[in-house]
Formats: sequence, C-alpha cells, structure tokens
Amino acid sequence: MLGKLDWSAIPFDQPIPLIAGAVVLVAILAVLIWVVVKGHLPYLWNEWITSVDHKRIGVMYILLASVMLLRGGSDAIMMRIQQAIAYQSQGYLPPEHYNQIFSAHGTIMIFFVAMPFVIGLMNLVVPLQLGVRDVAFPTLNSVGFWLTATGALLVNLSLVIGEFARTGWLAFPPLSELSYSPGVGVDYYAWSLQISGVGTLVAGINLVTTVLKLRTRGMNYLRMPMFCWTTLASNLLIVAAFPILTATLAMLLLDRYLGFHFFTNEAGGNVMMFMNLIWAWGHPEVYILVLPAFGIFSEVVSTFSGKALFGYRSMVLATMAICVISFMVWLHHFFTMGAGPDVNAIFGIASMIIAVPTGVKIYNWLFTMYGGRIRFATPMLWAVGFMVTFIIGGLTGVLVAVPPADFMLHNSMFLVAHFHNVIIGGVLFGAFAGFEYWFPKAFGFRLDERWGKLAFWFTFTGFYVTFVPLYVAGMLGMTRRMQHYDVAEWRPWMIVAAVGMAMLSIGVICQIMQLVVSIRNREALRDRTGDPWDGRSLEWATSSPPPVFNFAFDPDVRGEDVYWNMKVRARQQSLEHEEPEYHDIEMPRNSPTGFVCAFFATIMGFALIWHIWWMVILGGIGAFATFVVFAWRDHDEYVIPAAEVAAIDRVNLEERRSLVSMAGAV
Amino acid sequence: MSMTAAVGDAHADPHHIGLVVEHPGPAPKRIVTAYGFWVFLLSDIVMFSCFFAAYAVLVSQTAGGPKGSEIFEQRNVAIETVCLLLSSFTCGMASIAADVRNRFWFYLGMAVTCVLGLIFLAIEFREFADLVARGYGPSRSAFLTAFFSLVGCHGLHVSAGVLWLLTMMAQVFAKGFRADVLRRMMCFALFWHALDIIWVGVFSVVYLLGGGS
Repeated sequence: MLGKLDWSAIPFDQPIPLIAGAVVLVAILAVLIWVVVKGHLPYLWNEWITSVDHKRIGVMYILLASVMLLRGGSDAIMMRIQQAIAYQSQGYLPPEHYNQIFSAHGTIMIFFVAMPFVIGLMNLVVPLQLGVRDVAFPTLNSVGFWLTATGALLVNLSLVIGEFARTGWLAFPPLSELSYSPGVGVDYYAWSLQISGVGTLVAGINLVTTVLKLRTRGMNYLRMPMFCWTTLASNLLIVAAFPILTATLAMLLLDRYLGFHFFTNEAGGNVMMFMNLIWAWGHPEVYILVLPAFGIFSEVVSTFSGKALFGYRSMVLATMAICVISFMVWLHHFFTMGAGPDVNAIFGIASMIIAVPTGVKIYNWLFTMYGGRIRFATPMLWAVGFMVTFIIGGLTGVLVAVPPADFMLHNSMFLVAHFHNVIIGGVLFGAFAGFEYWFPKAFGFRLDERWGKLAFWFTFTGFYVTFVPLYVAGMLGMTRRMQHYDVAEWRPWMIVAAVGMAMLSIGVICQIMQLVVSIRNREALRDRTGDPWDGRSLEWATSSPPPVFNFAFDPDVRGEDVYWNMKVRARQQSLEHEEPEYHDIEMPRNSPTGFVCAFFATIMGFALIWHIWWMVILGGIGAFATFVVFAWRDHDEYVIPAAEVAAIDRVNLEERRSLVSMAGAV
Repeated sequence: MSMTAAVGDAHADPHHIGLVVEHPGPAPKRIVTAYGFWVFLLSDIVMFSCFFAAYAVLVSQTAGGPKGSEIFEQRNVAIETVCLLLSSFTCGMASIAADVRNRFWFYLGMAVTCVLGLIFLAIEFREFADLVARGYGPSRSAFLTAFFSLVGCHGLHVSAGVLWLLTMMAQVFAKGFRADVLRRMMCFALFWHALDIIWVGVFSVVYLLGGGS
C-alpha cells in the first residue's frame, strides 16, 4: 500500500535531523497558524500564491532562495565544525550523516539557492528593463516557480522521512547505482531535481521568449541594458543545457528503478558516459549562474559610477562568447579520466580561452569606474568585492585548467576553495548586490545601509578566512569530503576555516537584521520617486513598487540608458510635460494552476521516491486535470480601465517631476 | 550632472548610414506562443540528442546478448514510419481545417492522425513486448538499455501527443475555434511534426544503421 515507506523511515535514533526537522515543522506550523488566525490567508492566496505577476513571482523565488540559503548554510557550518574537530577522531557526525550533509549542501546551494535567486532577480527586473507588462507566459511562470518550490520541499522532506543522497551533489555512478546506494537518498535527489528542473526549463523558455519577442517599441537589441543581455545568454544556456540534466537523471533513474544498464559496471554500462553527460550540463550551469551576476554588476557599476557602461558592445560580445564557449569545456572536470593528452590539451586551452571574455568584462567594469563619481552604497561594495574576489577565483581556475596541474589538484580542497571562490565571490555577491539594488524597486523603501555594509564586510572577510585555508589545505594534499583525517598539518587550517565560517554566519545574521531594521523603519526609508539610485534603465522609470501593469504607456526608447536620457531630456525641455493619453490595459488573470500543479507534482515525486505506484498515477492524473481545467477557462485576462491607469500614473509622474526639478536645481 | 546634449538619439544610428531601424515592439500573441513552443521543442531535441549519444556509445555493448541486426524487423519499422509520416500529413490537414474554421475536416484530420499514431504505438508496443518475452529486455545489455530508452522515449512522446490530440478535439468541440484554442492547435501541430523529425533520426540511426551490420 505504501511501497517502501514504513516507520523505519523516520530517523528516531538520529537526534540532529529529527530536532532540525521538528524545529522547521513547528516554525512552519506557527507561521501557518499566524497567517490563518490573523486572516492573511485570502490576501496570501489572492495576491501571492496564485499571482502571475512577474514581480511577485520574482520576489517569491528570492524568498525561497533565502530560506534555502539558511538550510544550505547550516549544512556548511556543520561540515566546517566536523572538519575542525575530526582530527584523529570521528568528530560528532557519523560518516553516513556527514555524507548526506555535503551532498545536500551542494545540491541545495546550486539548485535551490543560486538558481532561484538569479531566476527571481531576472523575473523581477527584466520585463521592467524591457519596458513591457509581463513575461511572455505569465501562468507558466507561476508553474515554474511552484515546481522549483516542490523540489526544495522534497529535499527538505528527506531530512525527516528517509535519507538524502550520500553521493555528493552530482551523484556519480556506480556509487549512486542501486547496488551501492540501495536507500531512497539518491531517489530523493534525482526526483527533486527532475521536478525543479522542469520548473527551471519553463523559466528559461519564458525569459528567452520575453527578451527576444516582447521588447517594447524602440528597444533594439543593442539598446537593451546589460542585465537583459546576460539574462538572454543565461536562459539560452538553460534551454540548451537543462534537458541534458533531465536526460542524464532519467537514465540514472531507469538504472535504479527498472534495472537498465546505462551506468552500471555490469552488462556493458559506461560510467564515464555519466561524467560526460552530467558535466555537459554542469559546466554551462556555472555560466547560467554567473552570467546574470555579471549583468547585475554591470548595472550596479554603471549606476554608482554615474557613467554609461564602458565598452557596451564588447560586453555584449563577451557575454555571447561565454555563452557559446561554455559548452566546449566540460571535460576539464575530469581530466583524470585519461582521455589522452590531445583531448585534455584541447579542453585545457578552451578553458583558458573562456577566461578571456571574462577578463574583458572585468576591464570594462574598471574603465566604467575610472573617472566616474563613485558612490559606495552597499550594492557597489558587493560589486567591488566581487571584482577582487572573482579575479582570484578566476586565476586559480586557469591554474586547474592546466591538465598536469589538475592531476595534482583534482578532488582536493584546492578545488573546493576554487569553486567556492567563484560561486560565492561571483554568484552570491552578485545576488546580494542585486538584492540590495532592486529591493527599493520591489518594495518601495530602501534597505538600511549600516547593516548592509556590516553584512558586506563580515561576508567579504569571512569568505577569505574560510576559503584561503582550504586552498592551503589542498596544496598540502587534503582531499575533499573527508569525514575525519590524521594529518596534523591540516588541522590548523581547518580551525581557521571554521572561524571564517563563523564570520560568514555573522554576515548572514547582519543581512537578516538589515531586513528587520529596514522593515521597521520603512517609513523613514520610503522612496517615493521610484528612482532611489539615480538609475539609468527603464525599471527606474516607474513607481516603486511598480503598478501591476508596470508602465501606464509605452516608454519612449531612443537609445541606450533609456531612463537616464529621459531625465536629461526632461531637464533640457524645462519640464514641459504633456499629460499622455491613457488607454485601457489588459492584464492576465491570476491562476492557481501553478500551485495546484506543484501540489500534484509533490505527491507524484514523493510517491515515486517511495514506490507508491497508485499515488503516482493519482498525481499524474491530477496534474493533467489541472492543465485541462486551465485550458478550459473562458476569461484569462481582465481590463484595467484607462481612468484607473491615469489615477495611478499621475501620482507617479508628480513625484518624479519634483525629483527632476530638484536635481535640476542642484 | 555633466551630461552633454544630444544623448539618446546618437546611438539609434550606430553605423551612420542614415537609416534607423526601430524595434517595432512586442510581437502578437500568436507569434510569441509559437516562438516559445519552438524554443521548448529545441530543448526537447537536446534531450533526445542525449539518448542518441548514449545509444551511439552503448550500441556495441551487447554483453553476449543480441545485436541490432538480430532483433530488428524492417517490415514493422517500415509500417511504423509510413504511419507516422502519413499522420504528419493528416495533422497538417487538420491544422488547415482549423485555420479555415471547418469542423468536419478538422475532426476527420485529427481522428485519422490519432488512429495512425495509435497504430504506430501498437506496433512499437508489440515489438517491445516480443523482445521482452524472448529475454531481450532492457536489462539484458547496455545496447538494449539504450535501444529501449531511445525508442521508448520517442514512443512516450507520441503517447503524450495522442493524449494532447484528444484533448484538442474535446476543446474544439466544447469551445470552438477560439484564438487560444487555435494557438494551442498550432503548438500541437509543431509538436507532432517534431516527433516525426525525431523518428527520422531514430529510423536512420537505430534501424537503418543497426539493421545492416
């Protein structure tokens, strides 16, 4: 009746996951009760859960990423403590638990923190920057978000029901095959990634179509803000790479569920095929994450330097070059496979070549800052911190791109330090910069600068204190994923790294404090102009938070840095604004399709993991029925009358006029 | 603010050829939907390419089991191919009928497409069942694993297509040729044709190349 599921799935003998799970459960229950008792449920349902507004969905993506960041961060803290004390001892985490923790840490940080964070920011900002009302497929957008949430839910469920994979974040066979991982851990891993992978693909298709087909009048390709370009590149990569992940995990699941022989040791299966396939997705994935971050830094650096982005066209070229080359370097993840010197040399050279466009970008940012009037607000701090950190990570990357060096450093702590160097220094700093930069746009008030700067400095220094020792330990021969070790020279570095981890944690606490303080002082931090940073692109041309329709009328796009030029023109024309003619606006109706669909996907995923076949069928039928119901509805749009549009927009224009006249007077 | 005048328009004509091509604005909904679906199809083809690649890697790994030439029946495959190619034609007829709002020819075209799709699936199912009965199931060898997965993945797509087809017929019956129904019909037609293209690949790589050796 319940497949493999019985009471032994609950880890009563392991206090850590049980207590953690109980705390989370209590927290969720408390929030739910609070929501219901306070009567917020209808608001939550109507305004958020069923919302198809790209801004709301973007915010929910970022919220999901932030919550999962805490989960993945807890895993990181546990690992650092374990390695700090497990010298010639077992530490406090038994091997099977430790293995689950590093697997969950990697999986969560990439798929459920970095991905939703950048997709959330793209969702929030790109339609605004392009001057349009929504993404190409608003309901599908909601489906994509909720499927991502389903994946995250399943991963967290594994904490208390069953176990998570002990195979590392990419579940290499033959370890991940049924013969070596008979439990449900790998199934949790694979099914949550399959489900959230569908969500990611949907988001990718949506954003590609939005950028290519929905730009407002006059928004030629070479007038798009840099963030739109990197969004395009990143989502093209999603569309091209995520199906590879889906296929690869499908093969692994077929091996596990139906006795196929894709990656087994027996009957002619080929383990190295898995490595090739998974990294053919995995390396583009790195750029899927970091390209949007590059876009964010481009926006931030140009805004806070008060200058147009230096070398815009070279930046576009560099972005698209990275987009293409990222598919030609996957083999550098396993030079040690032994493909021979020729193959390794080609991939080594390709890996070094991809550093060139990245270098172009760095110089462009530096030249943008050169001669500018730089304001070191929090987003700019993250951007400068990124440039320093990312260069170091990039250089160690070029180092491990040299096959002979890689043979020495493969799977060492040096590698761990390298990819944290680029992912934290690139993606996470970028996500935080974007968060600080666009928060006022999303909510209409700024974030507290003092806590923001504290968060930056703790995270920045904490990062170095944590990961520079890992470089050293790697050079001393320490391999990754060690539950305990007997080499005395490594010990001090592990202790320093644990101290660094504490600093990083304080950074996270500062960020939470920043949010709390800012929400409390939101009236004092209120931004009525919609343009708190003296911005350059179109998202700043509408109010904060933007109305549901984003723009009351089509923005007037005549060049790059659209909004900046509007401001300049407005000053030159001494503010003689005519009232524009307002029209009715059609907007897509909210729809619970995404939420309901994800509900059935959760049931289906859970049932598949535990081999509860009747429930799988039930979930499948439910998901199909949801789509049919959605397809059957008669009204998918509603109309906002011109008078209402005008009323909303007049307030915004008034605030903005006072801003322009104030700036003109200075 | 030290911005000089004449910003903005300066960039509209980057090559100074006196011709400014302005982007006309958002595409109509029909174009956007079809475009998005094309992007999806491309991603689907990427997924198939993985199964093709896996097949190419594993095709010689028979582990003492049968080779392709020992189990493929060219006659069945020929019938399958004819069914599928014909169904693309009838699907095209249904699309045209939908465009001119002709219910009779729409239903007829879709029904024939459905029948041809089902014949294809029946033959494929029989082939699979027959192989499994002879002990040549997907667990027999890595070659059979890759074969069953690649062909089966296409078969699953056709099954999903048939389900979609029936839903489309029901929707036209219930809602008529509404704009959103027509957009979906266009996506369905694209999907069905794409499956044909993939079948041409399967037919060539699996059955033609494998049958000869």
